[in-house]
Amino acid sequence: MAEVRRGIYPRIVASRIRGQLAYPVSFALDVLAQFIGQCVELVVIVVVFTQVTSLGGFDQREVVLMYGLAATAFGLADLAVGQINELPEYIRSGELDVLLLRPLGALPQLLSADVSLKRLGRVAAGLAVLGWSLAGAGITWTPVRVLLAVTAPAVGAVILGAIWVAANTVSFWLVDGREVASSVTYGSNFATSYPITIYGPWLRRILCFAVPGAFVAYFPALALLGRADPLGLPSALQWSSPLVALVAVAGAALVWRTGVRHYQGTGS
Amino acid sequence: MIIRTEGLGRDFLVGPRLRRRRVSAVADVTLDVAPGEAVGFLGPNGAGKSTTIKMLTGVLVPSAGRAQVCGLDPVRERRALARRIGVVFGQRSQLWWDLPLAESFALHGAIHRVPAPRHRERLDECVELLDMAGFLDTPVRQLSLGQRMRGEVTAALLHSPELLVLDEPTIGLDLASKERLRTFLSAVNARGEVTLLLTTHDLPDVERLCRRVVVIDRGRVLVDDELATLRRRFAGNRTLVVELAEPAPPLLGLPGVVDVAVEAQGLRQRLAFTGNAADLIAAVARRAPVRDVGVDEPSIEDLVRTLYTRPARA
Repeated sequence: MAEVRRGIYPRIVASRIRGQLAYPVSFALDVLAQFIGQCVELVVIVVVFTQVTSLGGFDQREVVLMYGLAATAFGLADLAVGQINELPEYIRSGELDVLLLRPLGALPQLLSADVSLKRLGRVAAGLAVLGWSLAGAGITWTPVRVLLAVTAPAVGAVILGAIWVAANTVSFWLVDGREVASSVTYGSNFATSYPITIYGPWLRRILCFAVPGAFVAYFPALALLGRADPLGLPSALQWSSPLVALVAVAGAALVWRTGVRHYQGTGS
Repeated sequence: MIIRTEGLGRDFLVGPRLRRRRVSAVADVTLDVAPGEAVGFLGPNGAGKSTTIKMLTGVLVPSAGRAQVCGLDPVRERRALARRIGVVFGQRSQLWWDLPLAESFALHGAIHRVPAPRHRERLDECVELLDMAGFLDTPVRQLSLGQRMRGEVTAALLHSPELLVLDEPTIGLDLASKERLRTFLSAVNARGEVTLLLTTHDLPDVERLCRRVVVIDRGRVLVDDELATLRRRFAGNRTLVVELAEPAPPLLGLPGVVDVAVEAQGLRQRLAFTGNAADLIAAVARRAPVRDVGVDEPSIEDLVRTLYTRPARA
């Protein structure tokens, strides 16, 4: 009976993972490739700083801290929610019907349908960069900042995940929503990795208030560094990522529900 | 009633964005199905069968009318309903592609919270009746279509659903596989635990499994009746085929005979008739030396063809 009582999602996820570990060498190479892929972006930052001493008002250590926070959050979100990118395919093939015929939520089933463990490579790269920059960025550690540093990647992942779910939900309306959705997915990776001060005013406003990418890395980094926002935004924003995450999840859930209601099926 | 619908309808928007048109897939389906029934749900392609099924199972939101299945609102109470019904799509798999069949069943049982002893009992029974012991450990993607369909039906029955909906379950199967599946489903339904709702283009499925037939076309119910009644009403007469020992003139004027066709210079004659076959055979035997007789039942193919070609009532 214990078997029945155990949560169903751990079981589904475990069954997905078993398949991936069946070929350990291939799996290890996949992880490594993801790790290296994430590090290449770090190299870009380092190269830029050979030419300039500050980027949007932040020095190299500070930018790398933002990058580390963003990369870890992205890796975690990709691990947990990355499967949402398959939604257009599920809709096109009618596979979504099968999910709707089970006594479970369609979204959790979709997300757990394939947990790609190779994405751990990205998480590892992000954590390495984050650890390095946290140690060397001259942070004055207080208990609250320790808590922030530990929770920020997870909170950022929740924000990114919510954004992706909401963005992919356009597939319920557009026949080929994949383009829109992947531009949001990968655009969010890029946009959260740098201080928002480097962007124009409109993009900044969007990142702060519409698609809350600034709360993934930029604001938590300011709070960790104890810096005032160069743009003069209130310092309360620096600590409000968890709240923003809650709002984002609620918003994404609403968009998703609306999308599923709108779902028409493939008619076959 | 296990299924109760009233004026169920569903429109789709089709076409390019600027020239969207509203197309009605299901216009008006009113249907009552009692527990334990086996209903054949027939209609040509595009008649609205799948759309109706999707509305009954909570996958699609109706744009008109109401549906109640197992006393639940399919869309609002989709998950509760999913626990009480089983669905098999002939063209779509609910099994996990990369898992051995047995593991797929285990996962399916866990999703439906089937208690372990019940799961084992149910599974053992299906494995035996559907002869699946030989491929339980084979990954689903390596199964033949016939093997996979047996797996699909088993998965849909593991949680002891009150209603089993089968959307073209025998599509693509060879004759032996079809027959095995029909025998199994008929046995399951005969025990009175499961109501069957079956769409198919394979009419022997209906003849083997369903006492009642609902034919829809252009989203409306054309016919809803007992199979036997339909046969009498639409499919015309039975035919007595007599092989004679020596050629004879056409056997005209026998009781109940409405038409006579002569073949092989009068050695074989086909008598379309109404009424009792035994009386007719006796009457034929008094007129000519009979070597052999056979009775052709009107086929349900004929029946459905007649129905489909009749114009839809407005």
